[in-house]
Amino acid sequence: MKSQGLDAASPAWAEAAALSPEPNRAAAFVRQCLALAEMELRKLRHDPTELATRAIQPVLWLAIFGEVFARIRAIPTTGHLPYLDFLAPGVLAQSVLFIGIFYGIAVIWERDLGVVHKLLVSPAPRIALVLGKALSGGVRGLSQGVAVYLLSWFLGVGINWHPLALAGVALATLLGAATFSTFSLIIACIVRTRERFMGIGQVLTMPLFFASNAVYPIAIMPNWLKVAAHLNPLTYEVDAMRALMVRGGSSIFGLGLDFTVLLAATLAMAALASRLYANLVR
Amino acid sequence: MNILETQALTRHFGALVAVDKLYLSVPAGEVFGLLGPNGAGKTTVIKMLTTLLPPTSGRAWVAGFDVERHPARVRASIGYVPQLVSVDGSLTAYENLLIFAKLYGVPRSERRARIAASLEFVGLEESAHRMVRGYSGGMMRRLEIALAMLHRPRVLFLDEPTVGLDPVARQVVWQRVQSLVQEFGMTIFLTTHFMEEADHLCHRVAIMNLGRVAALGRPEELKASIGKADATLDEVFAHYTGHELDSGGNFREISRTRRSIARLG
Repeated sequence: MKSQGLDAASPAWAEAAALSPEPNRAAAFVRQCLALAEMELRKLRHDPTELATRAIQPVLWLAIFGEVFARIRAIPTTGHLPYLDFLAPGVLAQSVLFIGIFYGIAVIWERDLGVVHKLLVSPAPRIALVLGKALSGGVRGLSQGVAVYLLSWFLGVGINWHPLALAGVALATLLGAATFSTFSLIIACIVRTRERFMGIGQVLTMPLFFASNAVYPIAIMPNWLKVAAHLNPLTYEVDAMRALMVRGGSSIFGLGLDFTVLLAATLAMAALASRLYANLVR
Repeated sequence: MNILETQALTRHFGALVAVDKLYLSVPAGEVFGLLGPNGAGKTTVIKMLTTLLPPTSGRAWVAGFDVERHPARVRASIGYVPQLVSVDGSLTAYENLLIFAKLYGVPRSERRARIAASLEFVGLEESAHRMVRGYSGGMMRRLEIALAMLHRPRVLFLDEPTVGLDPVARQVVWQRVQSLVQEFGMTIFLTTHFMEEADHLCHRVAIMNLGRVAALGRPEELKASIGKADATLDEVFAHYTGHELDSGGNFREISRTRRSIARLG
């Protein structure tokens, strides 16, 4: 039986709750970002197997690549660090990069499910959605950080356990994950299909990784590669992590510059991504 | 002013005119149906009204706000159930609701009560803490209705709400939609290509074909207008558009419908 729609009175709750804009926009913004990160945490809690499978790649890099290169002493490290100590922060940054770069696939998947439509129709501003997603990437990055720390410690890397140093690495992880997951989101908004993204994801990851100081110092690079490495945010992420994660580690650029570059990269990517995000559903 | 108005609303995709100078007005509390085959432009209309897609030209107002000038105000006033199944399978129903309550700014003190009320409204209290991926298609659609009503929208957009559901689940969804209008005075704007659905739910329907409204009126008026009192809406559709209902639809639309059906199945 149809109700007579034209006469239906609209009850007070429908008007009051829906229309009042929130008094504190900054608080709303933070809450919206955190809600998306919480979504990610809850998913990880339901299905933690991903954490274990993600830890495999760092094991390969540290336990095989690292151990072998430490033996042949082929790579002169900065500050005479043992090679494994030099490599550990690079492997952490690399695994955060990999998580970030393939984030776009998850976004395309969410678009195909209709989740992106729902987010875009919510009153949360685009930039809050993008930064919330970036923070979700950071949540995954941090879980990866725990795995790399435990593994490095097990392999005898001299970890700096000072709480401030740990907090610094956590911050670098969050910013690095945010930068690359937002970059990935931008790519996803441009290519729009999973197939195209897979191809591009592969093409981007390796150059970003090799044109950085993750596994060898900048000093031994040919000049053209040095230029590329200086333009690569991953370099600054590794540089900060190397100063903070291991005992005797040092930063080439200074932590101030490292964090400034990472923050600027995150904000620039987020600004661009928030303009493009809606393209996904058009 | 009506709660939903469009004036010469138009959207082009390259050379294709998906929606061509659409004029609609929907008063508050009405269930309005946009009817037509795949490719008629129904989803494009909904995307423009929900601020997902900017119009090429023309204007639209929802809940008194211009969709292009005040998209945030429009978004705060509407709920949307996309054609795709948009609930997150890797969370529980409660968690889906909790995240959206936070996103929509439902005050902390009210969150629990509103989530409980929404779950009760769609009859999912018992399954609130089960993972959504284990739900039946009808349960997923009901959860989507719960999500869409959480923030008390004035207008609820439903894009093909019962595609892929079996007849029993379809009945339950219809009944919930009718309750939203009767109990909460919501305005419903839905698209469908099920004639039975329009007949059953809608106060008025617009029959859309190739981006234009071919006919508009109450279902019984439209039937009478073709001079056949017992006409089905299918016959009405054929009368106004000159072809059968199930033609049309491109690859993207069909794959989208199939994906919804696969997830609901």
